[in-house]
Amino acid sequence: MSAERIELGPDEVRHVATLARLGLDDAEVERLAGELETILGHVATISALPIADVPPTAHSLDVAGALREDVAKPGVTREQALANAPDPSVDGFRVPPIGS
Amino acid sequence: MAAIDVIGLTAERAAAMLRAGECSSEELAGAYLERIEAFDPALHAYLHVDPELTLAAARTQDQSGNVGLAGVPIAYKDLLSTKGVPTTAGSKILEGFIPLEDADVVARGNAAGLVSLGKTNLDEFAMGSSTEHSAYGPTRNPWDQTRVPGGSSGGSAAVVAAGLAPWSLGTDTGGSIRQPAAFCGLVGLMPTYGTVSRFGVVAFACSLEQVGPMTLTVRDCALLQQVIAGGSERDATCVGLREPIVLPEPGRLDGVRFGVPWAELEDGVDPGIRERFDASLKLATELGAELVDVELPYARHGLAAYYVIAPAEASANLSRFDGVRYGLRVDGPDLRSMYEATRSAGFGPEVKRRIMIGTYALSAGYHDAYYVQAQRVRTLIRRDFDAAFLGVDAILLPTAPTTAFPMGARMDDPLAMYANDIFTLPVNLAGIPALSIPNGLVEGLPSGLQIIGAAHTENTLLRFGAAFEQAIGFDPVPPTLRGGAA
Repeated sequence: MSAERIELGPDEVRHVATLARLGLDDAEVERLAGELETILGHVATISALPIADVPPTAHSLDVAGALREDVAKPGVTREQALANAPDPSVDGFRVPPIGS
Repeated sequence: MAAIDVIGLTAERAAAMLRAGECSSEELAGAYLERIEAFDPALHAYLHVDPELTLAAARTQDQSGNVGLAGVPIAYKDLLSTKGVPTTAGSKILEGFIPLEDADVVARGNAAGLVSLGKTNLDEFAMGSSTEHSAYGPTRNPWDQTRVPGGSSGGSAAVVAAGLAPWSLGTDTGGSIRQPAAFCGLVGLMPTYGTVSRFGVVAFACSLEQVGPMTLTVRDCALLQQVIAGGSERDATCVGLREPIVLPEPGRLDGVRFGVPWAELEDGVDPGIRERFDASLKLATELGAELVDVELPYARHGLAAYYVIAPAEASANLSRFDGVRYGLRVDGPDLRSMYEATRSAGFGPEVKRRIMIGTYALSAGYHDAYYVQAQRVRTLIRRDFDAAFLGVDAILLPTAPTTAFPMGARMDDPLAMYANDIFTLPVNLAGIPALSIPNGLVEGLPSGLQIIGAAHTENTLLRFGAAFEQAIGFDPVPPTLRGGAA
């Protein structure tokens, strides 16, 4: 399989992990840097294709958004909505402070 | 309870037995539950079985008289939400999650009277081709327990091959129904995008995935597709069927034109697979069909395009797992460290890999070079198929370039794992249907023939599949499991 040469340093891997809200340890950063270089190197084989004039396809269906009547229907109860929460309060989802 | 030999029992025959009163749904479900108890500890194909719940559902069907398919058991991939029944998507991050609603396909199964035997194992969030990426441990192939069953719907394939369910539902994002069906000697259908509701399917890559049947026969495949296909107001991309699914009868293929993309077969195909594929081409001509050369020049770029588009969609879809509303939480001093600790502990290596690829490909500076370029390739792959279908009724390819590989063989080489989907993932990029049927054995292991059609040609594919099925005469029961020894 032909491949482009992509280089990804630990800082760039950590930056992407931050964007993805993934906490990675140093060993994971090192392993992922190598794996992503290989995978992105293969993926980059399409970057040289001279196809700038081709329209991109986001979706294989040629239909516009489906609409339905805006009618209120019964939803889930508060109790049901909170049933799977790891840390529910009586009326919401409890989370740690937003800023440290 | 009467002993019913369920190995190799088709759903069509099971339904006939129930209607004729030869057995009750409770007896039938009981026979499967006994086999699950005997064989599943070795195979690890089910993630969740609740015998009491299954038997109660079966008794309900017996009381309603078992009309149509009512009372026939089924297994559901654990990516499909089941109301009140744990749904993990094969991930630790959803351990203990109990859905509030059934997926539309499960609700349709319930409405048809199907009785759930349980939830089947899968690669975490359906990301994988071997079921080795399940956070709950791998599933083994009933044909050879040292080998993978394929994936990501490996559990759904293994249960049907081993007689632990008469049929099952899987999902297919890049080959996840067809490749495990091929590895386990089954029929699997990737339906036309938008014909089956995705409501209640734990999302991986929304523009690529569909739910579909995994069965012992082409007719069972048609029967199950009749149950699950149809429009839904709970999935805005689900337009439903253009015509009802018809039960196919085997026959000749006179006048049928099959396209063969020879250039795609030049490298990377195991000789045994190639031999079986060539034999199926010969059968096609003996049945009266004509073989036509077709070119799919951009299909070879499908792997690269897919591994931008699918991870990009996954990185967005999986952002919902944040330790707040459901699933695992690992606490931290502030919100962001809680997010990072939760997602780090909850996701396995392959899921992290894909989230990283997707996030990278969508990030500033790379979006156009990776994501938009991949979407342009997607356009060209669709055009390739559109052009080919002007001259042929369907395209034939092997389902996978290999038979089931040994467990562990590809775990350290993500690209080699991805490459096993080379013949299936262009179909998902184009949103068109493809049927995989068993195409005989290669050194004792099943191989698959893939029949690819234009959008909404499921009936045509099923008819072709039935013709091949009869001509090939494959026995879907693994030799070691023959005779119903439990």
